[in-house]
Amino acid sequence: MIKIAVIKGDFDAGDEINELSTHGGGAVSSFVGQVRGDGDLEALKLEHYPAMTEKALNKIADQAAKNWTLRGITIIHRVGSLKVGEQIVLASTCSDHRQSAIEACAYIMDQLKTVAPFWKKEIWRNGSESWVEARQSDIEAAESWNR
Amino acid sequence: MPHQITIIYFAWVKERLGRDQEIVICPETAKTVGELVEHLRGRDTFYKAVFTDLTKLRFALDHDFVGLDQPLADAGELAIFPPVTGG
Repeated sequence: MIKIAVIKGDFDAGDEINELSTHGGGAVSSFVGQVRGDGDLEALKLEHYPAMTEKALNKIADQAAKNWTLRGITIIHRVGSLKVGEQIVLASTCSDHRQSAIEACAYIMDQLKTVAPFWKKEIWRNGSESWVEARQSDIEAAESWNR
Repeated sequence: MPHQITIIYFAWVKERLGRDQEIVICPETAKTVGELVEHLRGRDTFYKAVFTDLTKLRFALDHDFVGLDQPLADAGELAIFPPVTGG
């Protein structure tokens, strides 16, 4: 069971994890990403490519479902303006065994960073703005799953 | 009939070109993504500046990531954007 959502509003991570748990298995792994308060950062603006985003997220989930034996996957990604401390993303997996759940969850996050069409813009307290640049370490982490 | 394609821009590419999308009639010489980008680069100084270092750009043809050597074929939409930074 794959659930994908791209939303502007907030989500309740607890509710999402509980809902995913109803698929059984007994092993649930989750990651929640939040806006990190770097220096004078006020907010992030998340832009995406609506026509491609869900397709890209489904591809990631489908590949995770091929690589590991899972009972369910939930991926929620927010877009729009997000203040420091707000939730950005939830990746959660449910399996019969913890190793599969944990590895698949890490895989999904690594892929999200490199193949899902989202772009973050930093909004600083002094009013200036800057686009976040892709990090080489994220690219290497995503590629490491192919080895 | 000439091949028309919608080009969509995101993030700083969109800002620096001052537009989020446009419809382009592919010239005869543009059979691949790279050749169409080469055509765009020749337009004016803004396009030239954005399309000079192609290692800083990523491309999606009809919503799938592609390389510069990908044939345009009869694709309807090309997206041009910086490396993604979600998650």
